[in-house]
Amino acid sequence: MSILVIAEHDNLTLKVATRNAIAAAAKINITLATEIHVLVAGVACGDAAQQAAAVAGVAKVIVADAAHYGDQTAENLAALIVAQAGGHTHILAAATSNGKNTLPRVAALLDVAQISDIIAVLDADTFVRPIYAGNALATVKSADPVKVITVRTTGFDAVEASGGHAVIENIQASTDLGQAKLVNRELTKSARPELAAAKIIVSGGRGMGSGENYHTVLEPLADKLGAAMGASRAAVDAGFVSNDYQVGQTGKIVAPQLYIAIGISGAIQHLAGMKDSKVIVAINKDPDAPIFQVADYGLVADLFQAVPELVAAL
Amino acid sequence: MKILVPVKRVIDYNIKVRVKADNTGVDLANVKMAMNPFDEIAIEEALRLKEADVASEVVAISCGVTACQETLRTAMALGADRGILVETDVELQPLAVAKLLKAIALNESPQLIILGKQAIDDDANQTGQMLAALMGWPQATFASKVVVDVAAGSVTVTREVDGGSETLALTLPAIVTTDLRLNEPRYATLPNIMKAKKKPLDVIKPEALGVDVTPRLTTLKVTDPAPRSAGVKVANVAELIHKLKNEAKVIA
Ligand SMILES: Cc1cc2nc3c(=O)[nH]c(=O)nc-3n(C[C@H](O)[C@H](O)[C@H](O)COP(=O)(O)OP(=O)(O)OC[C@H]3O[C@@H](n4cnc5c(N)ncnc54)[C@H](O)[C@@H]3O)c2cc1C
Ligand SMILES: Cc1cc2nc3c(=O)[nH]c(=O)nc-3n(C[C@H](O)[C@H](O)[C@H](O)COP(=O)(O)OP(=O)(O)OC[C@H]3O[C@@H](n4cnc5c(N)ncnc54)[C@H](O)[C@@H]3O)c2cc1C
Repeated sequence: MSILVIAEHDNLTLKVATRNAIAAAAKINITLATEIHVLVAGVACGDAAQQAAAVAGVAKVIVADAAHYGDQTAENLAALIVAQAGGHTHILAAATSNGKNTLPRVAALLDVAQISDIIAVLDADTFVRPIYAGNALATVKSADPVKVITVRTTGFDAVEASGGHAVIENIQASTDLGQAKLVNRELTKSARPELAAAKIIVSGGRGMGSGENYHTVLEPLADKLGAAMGASRAAVDAGFVSNDYQVGQTGKIVAPQLYIAIGISGAIQHLAGMKDSKVIVAINKDPDAPIFQVADYGLVADLFQAVPELVAAL
Repeated sequence: MKILVPVKRVIDYNIKVRVKADNTGVDLANVKMAMNPFDEIAIEEALRLKEADVASEVVAISCGVTACQETLRTAMALGADRGILVETDVELQPLAVAKLLKAIALNESPQLIILGKQAIDDDANQTGQMLAALMGWPQATFASKVVVDVAAGSVTVTREVDGGSETLALTLPAIVTTDLRLNEPRYATLPNIMKAKKKPLDVIKPEALGVDVTPRLTTLKVTDPAPRSAGVKVANVAELIHKLKNEAKVIA
């Protein structure tokens, strides 16, 4: 028996989130002392498979290379994972939009529960997961023969990208179900670090007033700090930035070294996405804004004055 | 074409929950409950498809305690044609809900089932995907735009994903789960709230659907997250930079 981790990748590169999920697998493996396998399903995904084979602690990389895995559609991926499920006690993926899309489907096909967004492993059957926007932590125990789990990446430090020497095994693709077709994909191109993996995040809310302000005021600060940029739901809904910037209960969960919330009030749904950051700074003109209750350093000021001042002084 | 919309009764999103002193769960006594916000968006989308003559009937379904009837009445006040309550006091986990919804879908033969992407209480983000798997249907989760082409037997859905957005074409019947920016839900008007009281609401039991809803996961305990220690207010930008450099040491 072994533990299977589903790789998050774009065929060329293995995403860091995969190594966070492998870290959770390694925790589970402390009591099981078995092997960790990684499934790389994609098209022309040899590079991603090589990178997976180099990750510390991985014993085997299983590769399914076929056109119909290229777009990572849930129907085909889930069918493939279910075909590979035998021999595995646990199936894990990072709680990314792909992981969240696919693993519940896998669990239902296996007739087992899925455990979402775990942040800690207590033993091979027992896990901790946040509920109610992170305002409570549930410790849950699974009695299912196979545990299907998504891993909150901020809960587990990524294992090393190198040091492993896994064997690579190519497997037969499942047949294309042909139920879903990718028509178009618009990914935000940015030279900045990825939000989910950034050390510093500069985040703007409704207080920015406009998309133009968001960019002209916050970008210089992000540039100075080498930071990723995030936003509240209100800023995204108002069209200041695109949806992939949203931090929160229903957006991205982040835990950088430094999170700077600017013109963000601190609604519970926003806090759910960033309150595990190491250091939180809030800049808000309202001294009673709830964001100050979680901020390590609060500055009551007009952001249009304070942020340029900050940029100049850094 | 018929659309099913599962709606869940959850704690109102404005309320910050408190963990019970005995660590068995969160305190829901006398707490305001409401329809899961993502399900309001699902109802709205279904209604717009009906108003555009794409859909002929919108059926709301809820699984849970008797009080879920209120949630169904809300759905009907917004415009759903009828409601179905699968009534049980048992703790329902996503797989069980998906199995109940499958049993209903097999009776109702919808072409589209629109769910919320996640319920704001348990934050599982599973039910729609599980239902799609059990039905053998394609799925488009986290939808920000839905275009149905009945004649072509397809639905085209734009989805919010980690790096941006993507558009999928699915064959019907299919499952869609809603994200925040799909639409802005309407409010129920008083006359419609009155009318909703007369709309049909069926109540059935899980046993009648032949579904075993026994939980697969046991919650051992529910605890408070580690609190953040209180921070300080700084007087100005210079003090902020000084603290970040010398006290927190997060910038160089
Ligand atoms: C189902 C559901 C899911 C949700 N999911 C999320 C989520 O994932 N992420 C999320 O962020 N929200 C989410 N929300 C929304 C959340 O409830 C809040 O509405 C949102 O976070 C508010 O964004 P904001 O703080 O930018 O705006 P506001 O609450 O309007 O706050 C703006 C702040 O800017 C300050 N300000 C204004 N002008 C200035 C200035 N010149 N200088 C300094 N400060 C200024 C104001 O004092 C105020 O505090 C969700 C809501 C629901 C119902
Ligand atoms: C009395 C009671 C006690 C409970 N106690 C616990 C507990 O202690 N621990 C625990 O883990 N869970 C408990 N649950 C179950 C939990 O609240 C969730 O109902 C369940 O886990 C589903 O997860 P979710 O709602 O986050 O699903 P998601 O997959 O996030 O929901 C997505 C969508 O599925 C649909 N949906 C989900 N549930 C329903 C429903 N019931 N009816 C109609 N549509 C639905 C909605 O469209 C929703 O937007 C309890 C439930 C009840 C009724």
